[in-house]
Amino acid sequence: MLTSAGSNLERVLKSGRHVVTAELGPPKHSSPHNIIRHTKTLKGYIDAANVTDCQSAVVHMSSISAAFHIMNNGIEPVVQVTCRDRNRIAIQSDLLGAYSMGLKNVLCLSGDHQMFGNHPTAKNVYDIDSIQLIQLTRRMCDEKLFFSGAAIKEFEPKFFIGAVANPFADPFEYQVDRLEKKINAGAEFIQTQCIYDLERFARFMEMCVERGLHERAHILAGVTPLKSSRAAKFMQNRVPGISVPEEIVRRLTKAEDQKTEGISICIEQIKYMKENVKGLAGFHIMAISWEEIIPEIMKGAGICQCS
Amino acid sequence: MIVAEQKPLAEILHLIEGYNKLLLLGCGSCVTVCLTGGEKECEILASALRIKRRLAGKPVEIKTHTVTRQCDPEFIDELQDMVEDVEAIVSMACGVGPQYLAERYSDKYVIPAMNTKFVGGSIQQGIWEERCSLCGDCMIHLTAGICPIARCPKSILNGPCGGAQNGKCEINNELDCVWHLIYKRLAAQGRLDLLKRIIPPKDWSESRDGGPRRMIKEGI
Ligand code: SF4
Ligand code: SF4
Repeated sequence: MLTSAGSNLERVLKSGRHVVTAELGPPKHSSPHNIIRHTKTLKGYIDAANVTDCQSAVVHMSSISAAFHIMNNGIEPVVQVTCRDRNRIAIQSDLLGAYSMGLKNVLCLSGDHQMFGNHPTAKNVYDIDSIQLIQLTRRMCDEKLFFSGAAIKEFEPKFFIGAVANPFADPFEYQVDRLEKKINAGAEFIQTQCIYDLERFARFMEMCVERGLHERAHILAGVTPLKSSRAAKFMQNRVPGISVPEEIVRRLTKAEDQKTEGISICIEQIKYMKENVKGLAGFHIMAISWEEIIPEIMKGAGICQCS
Repeated sequence: MIVAEQKPLAEILHLIEGYNKLLLLGCGSCVTVCLTGGEKECEILASALRIKRRLAGKPVEIKTHTVTRQCDPEFIDELQDMVEDVEAIVSMACGVGPQYLAERYSDKYVIPAMNTKFVGGSIQQGIWEERCSLCGDCMIHLTAGICPIARCPKSILNGPCGGAQNGKCEINNELDCVWHLIYKRLAAQGRLDLLKRIIPPKDWSESRDGGPRRMIKEGI
């Protein structure tokens, strides 16, 4: 029996209303100034903010500390926890600390390899992997057990546990199995990698729905507005696990105002998915270094609670 | 076998700076097989070092010798006479060799001439690849005989990660994603069921993390 975390995100997802979450990247310095500003811009629009854990293996403020600032400024955060930098001791210690601060949602992932970041000579940890992390966090909450099996005598954490899925990773046929494995491990909500190839994503979701995975976990479709054709090409060639169809690059290249075109593409994609893709519980907008554009996209796509 | 490669010549020259009488010691085991530290390579390296030092106006005297195995006290003992009048010993074995030498001849400066890379085998003429991380608790019956600990840059036990595309690893598109290989082989064997099970976290205490390991064979 899964215990309830009592998070707002959990409540809204369980109510059946479509949710919108957005990614908020912590700063590469020690001031919470920018994230607080972004939090204030997005307050009232999004249901939760996903706080990245040293994304692309570049050093940023820790996801837990940044999440704390976001929470204190009015948005419920989802704390990302990767397996790259911490062993099972450090991860559990951080989970306890996060919960003690009132952080109730976690998203478990492997993390990008350190060679992508600004410390490529670092030693990676990967003591456990993302699926093991989901399973063990689940056990802390439901069975009051540390990863080792030792008892958490009192005040066990109660997290709402999420995981990621990448419909664009290979082998394609296995991605649904792997998602099911994550759900079996105890993931209750799923965020997908940025979607550009709608056809492939639709096929992925059909398979999920066939197996009833959308009823066992809330699946949020990930979208990222592209600022320029250069950004699109970068995504296409340099970011692992993302597939950007040529057509999108072409549209951006031809556009007079690439930013506006990028926003239109993103809005069209959300609208298309809302109407045509079954099994989605909402959207996750990853507007990397472009957070202020999120309200406009939400209004344009008609997924705004306030509209 | 253990695969090791020679350090760059400039680095070895730097390490032997100030020493004028050396013993350069090859090893007849793994490094002979991977063509980097055997008898032949030992002679070639000795000549290169002698020439470089002569050109620099600081000639060096280098004795060469290759033992059957540097990881065996028995073969190291035999070197007593040769070691006596040199200032330093340069080992061309994997990391075990220089340690055995330093232990047996503790008053000598022992210099490693090699970088010990991995445990693996050759995949084609002149190319070797890592296959095992010596984790101490082999589990590759679950992964189609392919080791994800040694061959996945994240050592993921329930892969592939989200970065795998077109069968290649996220860190380098010339590197096969091992989880893709595992998937393909299990699919061909009709054993994809194995991938539905969650492989539990590893007990790393059996690995290097538990401190230097020892193996005792009873009855010897
Ligand atoms: S599972 Fe362990 S022992 Fe087996 S090949 Fe991999 S690293 Fe080596
Ligand atoms: S792409 Fe494959 S081999 Fe590379 S890190 Fe991911 S799972 Fe491991």
